[in-house]
This record gives sequence, structure tokens and C-alpha cells, in this order.
Amino acid sequence: MSQKSTKKDYLVVKNVSKIFKDGRGSEVKAVNNISLTIKEGDFVTLLGPSGCGKTTTLRMIAGFELQNGGDIIHDGKVINTVPSFDRNMPMVFQSYALFPHLTIFENIAYGLKIRKFSKEVIKNDVAMVSQMVNLVGLENRYPGELSGGQQQRVALARALVLKPEIILFDEPLSNLDAKLRIQTRTEIKRVQQMLGITALYVTHDQSEALSMSDQIVIMNRGEIAQVGSPEEIYNNPNSSFVADFIGNANFIDATVSEIGSDSITVSVQGNSVMVKKTDETFSEGEEVSLAIKPEAVDVSLEPTGFTGKLDVSSFLGSITEYKIEFENSFITAVHSNTTGYTMKHFKMGEEVHINFNKEFFHIYKKQ
Amino acid sequence: MEGSSNQLSRKEGKFYQLTRDPVLFITVLLILGLLLLFIVYPLYAAAKLSLTPEGHFSFKEYSYIFTHSGYTKTILNSVTLGVVVATLATFVGFIFAFALTKAGIKGKKYFQTMGILPIISPPFMFALSVILLFGRNGLITAKLLNLDTGGIYGLKGLIIVQVITMYPIAYMTLMGILQGIDPDLETCAMNLGAKRGHSFWTVTFPLALPGIFASWLLVFVGSLTDFGNPIIIGGEFDVLSVKAYMEFTGMGNLPRGAALAILLLIPTVFVFFIQKYIMKNKAYVTITGKSSRRASSSVGKVTKHALFLFCLLVSLFVILFYVTIIGGSFVKLWGVNWTPTLKWFAYSFDVGFKTLKNTVYLALISTPITALLGMVIAYIVVRKSFPGKGALDFLSMLSYAIPGTAVGIGYVLAFNKAPFKLSGTAFILIAVYVFRNVPIGVQGGIAALKQISSDIEESSTNLGANTIYTFRKITLPLIRPSFFAGATFAFVRAMTAISAIIFLVSARWNHLTVLILAQTEIMRLGAASVLSFALIIVVMGFVFLIMKLTGLKQSQIFGTTN
Repeated sequence: MSQKSTKKDYLVVKNVSKIFKDGRGSEVKAVNNISLTIKEGDFVTLLGPSGCGKTTTLRMIAGFELQNGGDIIHDGKVINTVPSFDRNMPMVFQSYALFPHLTIFENIAYGLKIRKFSKEVIKNDVAMVSQMVNLVGLENRYPGELSGGQQQRVALARALVLKPEIILFDEPLSNLDAKLRIQTRTEIKRVQQMLGITALYVTHDQSEALSMSDQIVIMNRGEIAQVGSPEEIYNNPNSSFVADFIGNANFIDATVSEIGSDSITVSVQGNSVMVKKTDETFSEGEEVSLAIKPEAVDVSLEPTGFTGKLDVSSFLGSITEYKIEFENSFITAVHSNTTGYTMKHFKMGEEVHINFNKEFFHIYKKQ
Repeated sequence: MEGSSNQLSRKEGKFYQLTRDPVLFITVLLILGLLLLFIVYPLYAAAKLSLTPEGHFSFKEYSYIFTHSGYTKTILNSVTLGVVVATLATFVGFIFAFALTKAGIKGKKYFQTMGILPIISPPFMFALSVILLFGRNGLITAKLLNLDTGGIYGLKGLIIVQVITMYPIAYMTLMGILQGIDPDLETCAMNLGAKRGHSFWTVTFPLALPGIFASWLLVFVGSLTDFGNPIIIGGEFDVLSVKAYMEFTGMGNLPRGAALAILLLIPTVFVFFIQKYIMKNKAYVTITGKSSRRASSSVGKVTKHALFLFCLLVSLFVILFYVTIIGGSFVKLWGVNWTPTLKWFAYSFDVGFKTLKNTVYLALISTPITALLGMVIAYIVVRKSFPGKGALDFLSMLSYAIPGTAVGIGYVLAFNKAPFKLSGTAFILIAVYVFRNVPIGVQGGIAALKQISSDIEESSTNLGANTIYTFRKITLPLIRPSFFAGATFAFVRAMTAISAIIFLVSARWNHLTVLILAQTEIMRLGAASVLSFALIIVVMGFVFLIMKLTGLKQSQIFGTTN
């Protein structure tokens, strides 16, 4: 992490916008004037809900879409009009996009053949990469004969074999089942670190982003909402959108009662709560939102804290999730079933008491 | 302000990218040039002549046509015929398609063949058969029923032959539509308490209605532009296509012939694009998932038997026509002297062998060109983005809608003098085949390409392949089936062409259909039968060969009509 400052800027996206025409001919800003710097060797994730512009951004970098304004700078050179086949940024597609009429060997060798490598080199490189992603023995099969996980590894091998400096990933794991997804993401991260490749990874899955990235870029409605390391983003979301998207935070209405030097006191249902000050400025008497993650909410029958009504409890194995009616809305609380807590049984509609771990409150402008 | 400058830079950007991909750039320019030269320019030449009959601009020809009953009657005839034929053919086509997709009648495979067989027949083979069966010396009318029916010439006979020729168009269109209706919908209607008939009228029929309308329009256009049948069996019943030919070639009144062709062209193009629009908007009916669901019992037993009987009768009728042609080849003088003979074969060999050879030769040359051009156009239209793309798409589809008569007249006018002096050459015939049939390849290619996810081509580009490498190594192998389908259909259409090429054939480069027409006109029906028989053999042989070599099915080859 400390080396980070010495890494050079590998890929820079500068004031880039993309406008699409919708069916009726009116313009939609898919990407709105975003800027972004990717350091050499970093694993960077573009994370956001569908339609936030993350895939469009990736496709502009790959050269499949031409931006309406701004520059894409690769290794110090503006590459705006470089055709995609000259960019040398292999991509792993969501659909894998394997060539159905070519064998696995031919699929992996495809890019090498275009680059006119000799037969021996191609054979060696394909063999090496097949080994690396565990595809040995499948070289003569066709993509249709492989399982989803194997197809995914072929897509990865096809990109790796070119020994690229950067690999682009467009939601590569979304077609795999849950268990395989977790396995594969570790695998991708391992290979990326082993080879020291820069990676730009698009996903809408927050656990994927948190577990793989050096940097996460959260996007919303064509704009960048926050950039930071997984820890920064998880612990200090800079907006209620990020808090909601990355931590499934609960939002509670509150009123600012006092503004201190580095803290703000707000009142919730007549109770005072002190929260850390942020970059946003608030005034006394302002209606605000407090965000708190489900794991910082405790539910009990002890008559302390706030009062709510249990709506549903869901046993999810290692954790139990409680949905509680509170202040005309709902709050989610999560309890670990393994560390310390024993599972609590509440009846539906039962009056329960809620205690917030106040250190984890974040204050945001009311939306 | 900002928006407009943005748009400008986007256009420039697109154009810039186009110049960065020189292969694409040159291909686009070349194709646009060819389409303009061989599709737009001839039409322009015909329109220009019709509007400048005496060297200066005037509507004289058009006002003459609309004020003289001889011509207004022709227009009325064409429309009447079109309406009747479109209605009947759509009915027959619907019954066929419904019986095969929803009713699960017996002999499905056989009926599927019967549904499209007439497509691969010479243009006026059915007219010839009708004359042999129902004409003055017809087997059925004169011999069996002892009637004197010169009356088969005209509207009656035309309706019979056009319905038989064109119900496959309706069948193919409706087949696609009906297959797209999820059987679960009908099952569900019944599950909710609808009786079978009720479920048909409340679910199946309304969902098929856009397709029914589209197929009606397609057949209407087909009837309007048909030339082969009316010239043989039309008799006194003049239609526009024949009238235009008579004026242009017979009377040498070039401006009026051109004006009639333009009058034929306008409604045709209009109707064709309405039809396209309807078919494009039927998307809500189609189901993209696997259609493994069974259409179990959407019709009752009685209905099923009735449908079977109907299909059987139509099929037998069609087969009777083929048998008649074969029979006609082997008798001395149909209706008068039934002595078996091979003299027509000998005679036909003398007058027709060279023509048959040339016809096949030119069809074989034009076929791969047509198919390849169609694929290339489909590829750049579906996958590439460049200025002028809309025009390219429109032009390549347009030529399907232009009546052959207008094409023929346009080519004569456009290519009879420098710089494009082509009349009398083989090249002009090849050009007609290629540009008349290229929409088949384009449509098939577009359909095939839309099934290949664009990810696959993008990933090839992403791995470093340029446009031409990607097309050669990835796209082409994947669309190969539809390439061969398009090629086969193009061959069939080139072999059975008449309406355009009748203006363009020469003593050196004649076409078999024109020869058959000539033999029919001089009442050598035996020779006409033999030559038709030969044409059918060649066409069916070719289709069969392709099917064997490529593993394609009939429906894949001829499904490209819609």
C-alpha cells in the first residue's frame, strides 16, 4: 500500500462523457463527465447499480464505444481514435464470448495468431496459460462442451495468453453459481497479482468489489460517487447512496440540535445522539438522515434504547436478519450466530428494543 | 449550443473512425456506389423518361393513362386481382401454417414440402398446367366434362394460378408468426375456461392478426407485380405489368411503358414498407426462449380432420399441376392427339439446350456474388456504425420491393448507352440477378447475425483482429448456413426470373423462361411442358444437392422470404 504513490498512472480517463439516443430520439447521458486514474498494477473495480454507466465506461476504454467528449489516456498517449483492435486491452466478457466454431486451443490461440507468432510459440504459450487456469486436457473440445466455470476460464486464458499490461473484466462472474463465483474471484485475484497485471473490473456485486479491489470506484447515474480503498468506502461512505449501496445501511430521520467542533448532536425521537462531523455543512434545526449498518444494530427484549416491533426474522445460517418496524419505516439488524451471540427468538409482532452502536452512525443531508 | 457542438464532434468522430478502418471505408463506398448505380439509377432513368416524353418536363403520359378507359381499366384489373388473390392465398397459407404448427396433423413433413413447393417452380408453370387442364382443349373441361371453356383465360384462371403460386408466401410468413405464439397462452386460455374455438378467436387469432395483414400485403404485391402468369393466361384481362411490357416492347411507346412501370412501382414500394413495419412491430408476440413446450390439443378432432382434408386437397391440386406438365411433355398434341411421343424432347433439345446451358451458367455466376454481397451488407448494417448506414439498409431492401417490370424497363433505359453500355451482354443479366436477389441474402444474414451475440465479434476485435479478419474467421463461419440458404434461394430466383429479364435477354443470352413463354405463345405446349420440366429438374436438383451437401433444411432455405 505504501508503494502506491510511486506507481505510475497507467490509464487516465479525463472528463469523459457518453450520450446515447433512446428509442424516442431523446438523449440519455450514460456517462457524465467522469475522470478517473488507474495506477499500474492496481486492481480497480467499477461498482454500481445497473444503468450507472460502469459498462459504458469500460466499453469506451476498450474502444467499442466512442465517447462524446473527453480523453482516454493510455500510458501517456491519448487513444481516443485508436481502433479497438490496436488497443491491446483484452477483455473478459460477461457472456465469455467464446467462438463457438473454434476449439478451446484455437480460442486461446486466436489473438496470438493475429499477432503472427510462430506455431511453436503459440503452442507453448497456450499450454502455459492452460496450465495456469487449469484447462489442461480440454484443448480439443468446443466451448459448447464445457461447463460454465470452464468456459469462464477459457475467456480468462484467451486474454492472459497475450501477456497484456491490462485486462478488462465486464461482470465476468455473473453467470456462475454462488460457490463457483467465490472460488473464481480468488483465482482471478491470484493470477492478477502473480503476473502484476493492471485490472479494470466491472461489477454490481459489492462483495466481489470489496474482496478483490485495490481501489473501488462507485458509480451512480453516469457519475462517480466515491473512489477509495474497500476499507475507506465501507467505513466512510461519503453519501447516503454509497452507504445504502455498499452496506445496505438503515436510514433514520433525525434533527440537528447542536453543532460542535468535530461532532454534531442530533435528536432521534427525543434522544440525543452524537455523530462525527463530515465535509458537508449542516445547520441547527435541519432535518437529516442518519445511516447505520445492520451489523451495528442490536435487538433485544431488554427494555433499553428505542422501541420497535418485530416484523420478520430470517435465519440465514451464520447470521440471522431481523426486520423491525420503527418510526413508520423498517430497520434491518443482523446478528452473527457464531460469535458471542446465541440466536434470539422473537415472535412476529412482538415489541423489541433496539440499540444502535453509535460510533457507526453517519450523517447525511436528507434526500 | 453545447448539445449541437457535441453532436458535431460525434459525427466527425464516427467518420474519423471509419477512415481509420480503411477496409470498412472502401467497402461502404463501393457498396453504396453499386446500389446507386444498379438500383436507383435505372429507376431514375425510367421516371425521367416518363416525365419527359418529348424531351421536356410534362405529366402528359400520366394524365393520358388516367383519362383513358383502356388504362384505368387495367389499373382496376390489377387491384381487383391483387385483392382477391391476397385474400384467398392468405386464407390457404393460414390454414396450412395453422394445421402444421398448432393442430399437429398427420403427414407434417410432407405438407411442409407442399407449403413451399410452388416457390421453386417456373413462373408460369401453373398457368401452363391450367391451360392443359381447363383450357379449350383441356383434359378436364373439354375431355372429361365436355365443356367449351375459353373462359379460363382471364380473371378466373389468373386467380387460380396466382393463389397456387403465392400461398407459400403467406404460409412462410404465418408459419413464423404462429410458431412465435407460445402454446402456453392457448393452454392457459383453456385452463381459464375457454373452449378450443374460443381460445382460438380470443388468443391465437388476435396475436396472428398483424402477421395475417402483413402476409396479405406481401401477396398483394406479389400479385400486382406478377408477369409470367398474366401474360400467358390473362387473355383480354389486362394487368399493369403486362400492359407496361406491351407498350414498351410491343408498341415501342417507351415513355408510356415507363409511366405504367412507375405507377406499378409506387404502390408496391409503399405496401412493402408498410408490411416491413408491421412485421417489425410484432415483436411482442415472439418468444425468445426454447419452444420445447408442446402445442398439445389446441384443436378438436373434427377440426383436425377438416384441416387435414383441406391441406390434402390443396396438395393434390398442386401435384396434379406438376403431373400435367410431365404428361404434356410426352403426348403429340394435348387434347387432340394423345399418342405418346418423345418428339418434344428432341425438339426442345434443339431449340432450348443452348438457352438452358446459358441460363444455368449465368445463374451459377450470379449466385455466389449475390450471397456474398448480401452477407457483407448484412454484416456492416448490423454490426458497424458509419454515416450513410440508413441509406445502405434502405437501398438494399428497396430492390426487393421494386417490380421486375420497372427494373427491366429501367435497365434498358439506363444501360443502353455510354458510359454504361451493357445491353445485350451477359453482364446486364448478372447485374439484374444480383441486385434483384441481394435482399434475400441481406435478410437472411441480418437474421443470422442478430442471433450471434455482438460480444463474439467484439471479443475478436478486442484480441486484435481488424474488421476483415473478424468477418472471415468468426462471422462468416457462423453465418455459413444462412449464406448457403441465401445462395440457394438466389439461384432458384435467377433460374425462374421473367418479369425483369424479358426486357434484357438477347439472341446471344436468352433465358429459359423467355423461351418457354415464346413456345407457349405459338401454342407449342408440348415443348413448353418439356422445357418447364427441365427447369424444374435443374432447380430441384440444385436445391437437393445443396441440402445434401450442407445439411440445410427446406425451411431454412426458403424461410428467408419474410
